[in-house]
Amino acid sequence: MSELKLNPYFGQYGGMFVPQLLVPALKQLEQAYVDALADPAFHAEFQQLLTEYAGRPTPLTLCRNISPNPKVKIYLKREDLLHGGAHKTNQVLGQALLTKRMGKQEVIAETGAGQHGVATALACALLGLKCRIYMGAKDIERQQPNVFRMKLMGATVIPVTSGSGTLKDAVNEAMRDWSASYDTTHYMLGTAAGPHPFPTIVRDFQKMIGEEAKQQLLKAEGKLPDAVIACVGGGSNAIGMFADFIDEPGVKLIGVEPGGTGIDTHQHGAALSTGSYGILHGAYTAIMQTTDGQIEESYSISAGLDYPAVGPQHTHLQQTGRASYVAINDDEALAAFQLLAKSEGIIPALESSHALAHALKMAEQATEPTVLLVNLSGRGDKDLAHVHSVLAGAKL
Amino acid sequence: MKRYQQMFTRLQQQNRGAFVPFVTIGDPTAELSFEIIKTLIDAGADALELGIPFSDPIADGPTIQGANIRALAAGVTPAISFDIIARIRSYHATIPIGLLLYSNLVMARGIDNFYARAAAAGVDSVLIADVPLHESKLFRQSAIKHDIAPIFIVPPNVDDEDLRQIASYGRGYTYLLSRAGVTGTETVAAMPTSELISRIRSYNPAPPLLGFGISTPAHVKEALASGAAGAISGSAIVKLIEQHQHQPEHLLAQLTQFISSMKAAT
Repeated sequence: MSELKLNPYFGQYGGMFVPQLLVPALKQLEQAYVDALADPAFHAEFQQLLTEYAGRPTPLTLCRNISPNPKVKIYLKREDLLHGGAHKTNQVLGQALLTKRMGKQEVIAETGAGQHGVATALACALLGLKCRIYMGAKDIERQQPNVFRMKLMGATVIPVTSGSGTLKDAVNEAMRDWSASYDTTHYMLGTAAGPHPFPTIVRDFQKMIGEEAKQQLLKAEGKLPDAVIACVGGGSNAIGMFADFIDEPGVKLIGVEPGGTGIDTHQHGAALSTGSYGILHGAYTAIMQTTDGQIEESYSISAGLDYPAVGPQHTHLQQTGRASYVAINDDEALAAFQLLAKSEGIIPALESSHALAHALKMAEQATEPTVLLVNLSGRGDKDLAHVHSVLAGAKL
Repeated sequence: MKRYQQMFTRLQQQNRGAFVPFVTIGDPTAELSFEIIKTLIDAGADALELGIPFSDPIADGPTIQGANIRALAAGVTPAISFDIIARIRSYHATIPIGLLLYSNLVMARGIDNFYARAAAAGVDSVLIADVPLHESKLFRQSAIKHDIAPIFIVPPNVDDEDLRQIASYGRGYTYLLSRAGVTGTETVAAMPTSELISRIRSYNPAPPLLGFGISTPAHVKEALASGAAGAISGSAIVKLIEQHQHQPEHLLAQLTQFISSMKAAT
């Protein structure tokens, strides 16, 4: 079969570990992506959708009240204001255009928090594609509003009960479906993980986050931020935010993983923090596993971060020391969620609350004037019922 | 891996095809699984295809997913799986034993260590469901080093360059997919045309065994008629285990009957 057009590896991480049957479908996708990049009409249409439909560019907001330290400015990149409620909309518009270029009429997707499912459903409604979305049964329960949104926009939502009933199992089912349907169907993977070429395509279709934020911050401050902070589940909002800063050595890149009830409790989703590597869902990367190589079930209060692996480029960025990765636990994320609502009038997604919580920690410890850029990857509407039940009885 | 050559030579002399059953090791428990595999041999299996249970079997349909879940719930680890294989090897010195599993189990304690353990247990071949040709180098080199046949999959959409590589890298047998999709009897085998099998054979790969959706003696007959050297059946057998797991004697009798009928079709 023809050679790959793009490098499937980030250092030693990544690759295309899928059944032989799926290799032609992934090569077809890679070819469609390479062709699209060279086609001005593709860029024009993508750009038009981002601007006129999704609402790009999103604003950059300097927090007025939340910073615990007068020396520290905290800027939020407002992906929560994007149509659909999270950064996910960016890349699905790109992948939906690729789907049409490949002549495919149907789309499958997996979703955790439901944000990628919602984004997929809206893009498919807009562009006339038929879609079915795999979602863990446990996630369906904790993300009801998003399930309803997907259905309103015409998507079929298929509950996945195998395994832990979360994102990992939804990916398994989507890949199983795709291995029978690839002739007519595109698998619209929702994060910068999985087999090549997904980590590359998803990053490239999300990198406007960092490109815009960089220009906006330069305009506001006349300089680059000291650190860029983003939450990491599979890692798409983080890699989208980091990509344009990777070659700016003065800017620290910090990914925030879900610490759950604590890294030492096994109830978490912090794959990079565990320092264990293996193959899950098509890529060699940091994963949560037993010594025998069985994949462990992850846990996070935030469904969108509840995933036992991470995109391979993050593993590479960690290994080379270019980015560092920390963990924020459920309670810290919940506190940041409430604090942003109270102090700035913004209700963030629980996912993004992890990034904010770490920024607040950094701000407390700063002794020099510091500018922090946080990717507020999504809004918290979808989390209201869940947070309400968790906080039941607590005094707001 | 010479056991495959010996098997194919013997079958050729008998003018028959191979019947190869698949089960997941440790399904439903380690001890009953050992009895099940012995029964497969006694009932006429020409070779064995065995899975080591894995948490995320993405190439498997619901039936074999269930087998993986039962075996893991019974506490079956790769170490226990290798113990069972070694006991099977002591029980039968010449039957080819193939492993069919997922890459992360091979990587977990080091690729070379895995193949060394497999060789010591008496394994003849290893097929890794989620390692395609172009990612296979480290795995196949280690396999050859330990005298284990690396098995490659020929999907229905195979092109000539892949066939050339499969013929060059594969040993033992070639796993011919009857259709797209995951394992299971939900979608029956689509028999390859004899043109496809002649095209495959023109590259002179290891003998092709047809798998996916093979659940009746008629499927086995059709597979051989289209030019395959044999047929592999998994989900149909695992379904019997699922149904009768709580009545072991009845289960073993059912398996004997099923395997005998499938072998009789060769």
